[in-house]
Amino acid sequence: MISLAGVAAQFTELALAVLLAPLLSGWVNQCRAWLQNKSAPPLLQPYRTLNKLFQKEVVLAHGASPLFRIAPYLIFGCLCAAAAIVPTLGTDLPLNAAADAIALVGLLALARLFIALAGMDIGTAFGSLGARREMLVGFLAEPALLMVLFTASLISGSSSLATIVEAIAHKEFAIYPSLAIAGVAFTMVSLAENARIPVDNPATHLELTMIHEAMVLEYSGRHLAMIEWAASLKLFVYSCIGLALFFPFGVAGGGDAAGIVLALPVLLLKLAIGGFLLALIETLSAKMRIFRAPEFLGTAFLLAVLSMLIHVLLER
Amino acid sequence: MLAKYGPQLVNLLAAALLLLSFAMLTQRRILSLINLFAAQGFVLFLATALVAWLTGQHHLYGSAALTLALKVIALPWILHRLIRRLNVKWDVETLINIPSTMLVGIVLVILAFNLALPISSLAGTVTKATLGIALASVLLSFLMMITRSKAVPQVIGFLSMENGLFFAATGAVYGMPMVIEFGVALDVLVGALILGIFVFEIRERFDSVDTRHLERLKER
Repeated sequence: MISLAGVAAQFTELALAVLLAPLLSGWVNQCRAWLQNKSAPPLLQPYRTLNKLFQKEVVLAHGASPLFRIAPYLIFGCLCAAAAIVPTLGTDLPLNAAADAIALVGLLALARLFIALAGMDIGTAFGSLGARREMLVGFLAEPALLMVLFTASLISGSSSLATIVEAIAHKEFAIYPSLAIAGVAFTMVSLAENARIPVDNPATHLELTMIHEAMVLEYSGRHLAMIEWAASLKLFVYSCIGLALFFPFGVAGGGDAAGIVLALPVLLLKLAIGGFLLALIETLSAKMRIFRAPEFLGTAFLLAVLSMLIHVLLER
Repeated sequence: MLAKYGPQLVNLLAAALLLLSFAMLTQRRILSLINLFAAQGFVLFLATALVAWLTGQHHLYGSAALTLALKVIALPWILHRLIRRLNVKWDVETLINIPSTMLVGIVLVILAFNLALPISSLAGTVTKATLGIALASVLLSFLMMITRSKAVPQVIGFLSMENGLFFAATGAVYGMPMVIEFGVALDVLVGALILGIFVFEIRERFDSVDTRHLERLKER
């Protein structure tokens, strides 16, 4: 049964994610600049950058295949679909029945696949270098992310994100040691997946150390705008997955229209705190060598497995 | 309120203990290793005090105080002094590389959990589920002693093994009698001192604290 209110809530959430994603990136950049004693860029700077890029003309390389041109839209579409699955305001969403946490990981993997293919498409050295590194990071991060999601699924008895949120937020409060450990693992995975310090530096201009930026070096104009927007959408989606799994308090229960209105300021507050903490992590840690990344993500995987074992031992 | 969430909090502290054991296993720097050891002692202190409060076993307060004094303050201080005098601040050398050590660690944790499951179902305490975690941290400390080649991390592994045993006693039977606990605490303290002297001796003989030098029995 698809209710009208559910469809409305679904569209509100999706629009909110797409519109607020650059704001979250701007907020993180601003916090980081404050913490590093630099003068901060304005909060709305990502919107201005996007606007500027949309107005610029697209310059395509000679060898560019059609894949290179459609990839930005495909990536953006994948991340929109992912954003629609994650419950941010309410749990009564029609799309939740269609896709669960595993599908969410699949959508994120599809976006990564296309950005890596586009990076290799032109045939420049940096593009393929970045694509290979991205796939290295991705294939190590994905199992860890799946294990984190499985731990949450074991607790709630369902792999649907909406049911997980329902189970953690609206049942009787309990302390889950396994979720605490899974939270650490998830933080490490999302740092790696979003091309953040310590795995990648989002503000780097040194090609040799780039991962994400190296892949998109050849993009310009509206294509680059779509990719930048998709990157901030990815950060938003990851933040919302983290909030949904570990701090789902304040998300409205099924079919609660007033709750959705109340959930919005709570969500904004949680995102602001989360963004500040991300900036803090980025300021406090140094970027590590790329060959240390497998160890970093191996630790994340280990923590995720550990959280599952602890759930089996302590919480059954 | 706290009585209701108390056992869950003990479980949370147990999970933190296991996590710190893993962190020690994968830590490369010797200074961080000592700080992690102190943190593990502090978590043990919190857990013991909480169990004491939950169950009304007053002698456990004594053990908690002992843990705080010995494992959070005294032993880390001794270890800090030891490495300052030995002037060893370099990265710890491991015999197996760290990712493999972590995988072995996971296998050990699964083993410990499986071993503890039938035993803990017999125990009648509120904290019976934590026995598996205590056993796992004992095995992990043991693994750390095996995989490190330098003497100081081996000493830390020995001390952290005692942490795991102490936690097992607290979780399974609400602590040992006070006399035994004092005895064990004294043993650990004296053990740390003796091992400190021992480490000095190794360095005097071989100009290094690498215990692999001890494998050669004959003098050349």
